[in-house]
Amino acid sequence: MTRILVRGGRILDPAAELDAVGDLLLVDGRIAAVGGKLRVDDAQVIDAAGCWVAPGLVDLHSHLREPGQEYKENIGTGGRSAAAGGFTAVACMANTHPVNDDPAMTDYIIDRAKHDSPVRVYPVAAATKGLEGKVMTEMAALLAAGAVAFSDDGKTIMDSGVMRRVLEYSKLVEAPVITHAEDRTLVAGGVVNEGPVSTRLGLPGNPAIAEEVHISRDLALARITRAHLHVAHVSTRGGIEQIRRARELGIHVTSEVAPHHLTLTDEAALGFDTNAKVAPPLRSAEDRDACRAALADGTIDAIATDHAPHALHEKELDFREAPPGMIGFETALAVVLDLVRRGEITPLELMRRLSTHPARILRVTGGSLAVGAVADVVVADPERVWKYDPAKGYSKSVNSPWSGQTLTGRVTHTLVGGTLVYDVERGILA
Amino acid sequence: MIGRDLLGIEDLDRSEIERLLDTANHMREIGEREVKKVPTLRGRTIINLFFEPSTRTRASFEIAGKRLSADVINFSPSASSTKKGESILDTAKTLEAMDADAVIVRHEVSGVPRRIAEVLEAPVINAGDGAHEHPTQALLDCFTVRQVKGKIDGLTVTIVGDILHSRVARSNILAFRKLGAEVRVAAPPTMIPPAIEETFGVKAYTSLREALEGADVVMALRIQNERLAGAFIPSVREYSATYGIDRAKLQYAKEDAIVMHPGPINRGVELSHDLADHKPGVILDQVRNGVALRMAVLYLFAGRAPRQRGGDSA
Repeated sequence: MTRILVRGGRILDPAAELDAVGDLLLVDGRIAAVGGKLRVDDAQVIDAAGCWVAPGLVDLHSHLREPGQEYKENIGTGGRSAAAGGFTAVACMANTHPVNDDPAMTDYIIDRAKHDSPVRVYPVAAATKGLEGKVMTEMAALLAAGAVAFSDDGKTIMDSGVMRRVLEYSKLVEAPVITHAEDRTLVAGGVVNEGPVSTRLGLPGNPAIAEEVHISRDLALARITRAHLHVAHVSTRGGIEQIRRARELGIHVTSEVAPHHLTLTDEAALGFDTNAKVAPPLRSAEDRDACRAALADGTIDAIATDHAPHALHEKELDFREAPPGMIGFETALAVVLDLVRRGEITPLELMRRLSTHPARILRVTGGSLAVGAVADVVVADPERVWKYDPAKGYSKSVNSPWSGQTLTGRVTHTLVGGTLVYDVERGILA
Repeated sequence: MIGRDLLGIEDLDRSEIERLLDTANHMREIGEREVKKVPTLRGRTIINLFFEPSTRTRASFEIAGKRLSADVINFSPSASSTKKGESILDTAKTLEAMDADAVIVRHEVSGVPRRIAEVLEAPVINAGDGAHEHPTQALLDCFTVRQVKGKIDGLTVTIVGDILHSRVARSNILAFRKLGAEVRVAAPPTMIPPAIEETFGVKAYTSLREALEGADVVMALRIQNERLAGAFIPSVREYSATYGIDRAKLQYAKEDAIVMHPGPINRGVELSHDLADHKPGVILDQVRNGVALRMAVLYLFAGRAPRQRGGDSA
């Protein structure tokens, strides 16, 4: 019997509405006891005094780049980076080479993850073959192979007829369809948020309305199809308003927001730093504040990193040619803790959006510390101050807007299925 | 007092701009001599690194460098070799390794000169980046206005045309405002950048007539026919009828208003044939002053002692 006692932390279990200091006992990969002072003689002890103890973080949105772009990341390095960020499960998007639009590819990713990744990896399969927005993928077979959701992500399905059928057909598999909601004809080559920053820099602007218009279309299609639509990385006040109204109407919609859209604005691009280039772009302060408020009031369900590694030589290109995206696993928790420190959200509600909600949206293990549940656990010190150097992190790539910054709050332990896979002092252990 | 690089008017303050204009005044005199050459930059190597085709600006920098006795090398990498992977930065570093004393950069994407300046030791001079800045054009325009009007403080400058895609507009807005002028822009609604009034402290007009009322300086910008007709404006013909500057429309401006254009002119589109050649058009003065102004820029930015390379500074 393997016993691990996590001692004396602040236990945050959103699924049980529990927020109390106490011990947590894991036995043979499952939660055996929660709360109070537990007396266990032969257990390995993790001292969690002053730390939060919560269900492991679940990331709805990441890019692990394998197969095909292993120079940016692979399932092993991405998985280790996720573990160091307190994630116990990550969903990975289908824009690999080849595209994950075939059960064999889904199977391959799951197999690699089993061998290489310390955290659970859930493939998101393409919604259309080759991400071309034309022919639906074999959702039933993909689901059987292990896919948990369907999305063309950045290759937004512009054909409304195709999107309607994708949503309709997804009801067969009862899995969410994830939309990267940007109307390409309105984006029109924009590389920074349209507004004072695009005007000052003379860079093509990507208007907020591109997101709002597309969310509005997808919500209308979700309404008539009654399918589960999940809106990825919401970034605009207008988009949030659409989602709020749709929820009031009972449309089956969930949504996520990325740490960078919660904390940064388009002004991060003022020095032409390509690490601040991301899709959708960093927005105005008004949009950022709307994202924070919507996360706190529950309009937005989850936080997802959109971890998107790119090599240095790609990010060194000029601002128009450099690929959009930033890595995010290892900084996510520290970055969003800002909302707690400013009193905008409670620790319990923050963990709900980082763990319980994403697990529920994907219908996967995790998000709970109930006795008997799988022991996916994160321990984090919310006050620990550290300097972030992506070169010392686990991702293969270093494209982070927080590079070199001092952050507050750090994951100290990550346990997957009761196994300690990451310890801040010793690094990755499994 | 002046920075290492000339990347944009944004980085300059009023006294730095005035120093550049005053220096250009001295340089203009050299161009009027029989022997138009001084030894100031003898032994210095200046590279014209133009990723985007240009004849006028490149020639202007080349002549400016040669009048100061510098060796000027023109380097125009083909668009295709730099588009994919072959990095701009590699190209720039390669040239610097050949001991360039200054690198003049033009690129079709905003921000590239700044990226290059971040990795080079040699001073970088921006000769136009995307729709961002074209500082030497703005400086020569200010120089020209000061020459003709005797001052810039208190003047009203109206810039007409495709403001959205224009680096000339951005640099001129910044420069004329820093020197105390009121700046207006006039364009079809589709060519006015979002939030321009708050961002740059200008007044934006769609009515040319209102924009020209009381203007001392009217600056027409080039319309890129191929790219814009159909997308941002219905047709060149409609643009020309609404925003093209001719003597009739010029009536709305002050009686002694002058007309400028950064070139190359689409005659009969932005500017009538007649104004392109005759007063109050000052287009050729701009071109002439461009050489003097760029001599001043090279003198002030490329004329310093080379940094810790050979050791024997001049």
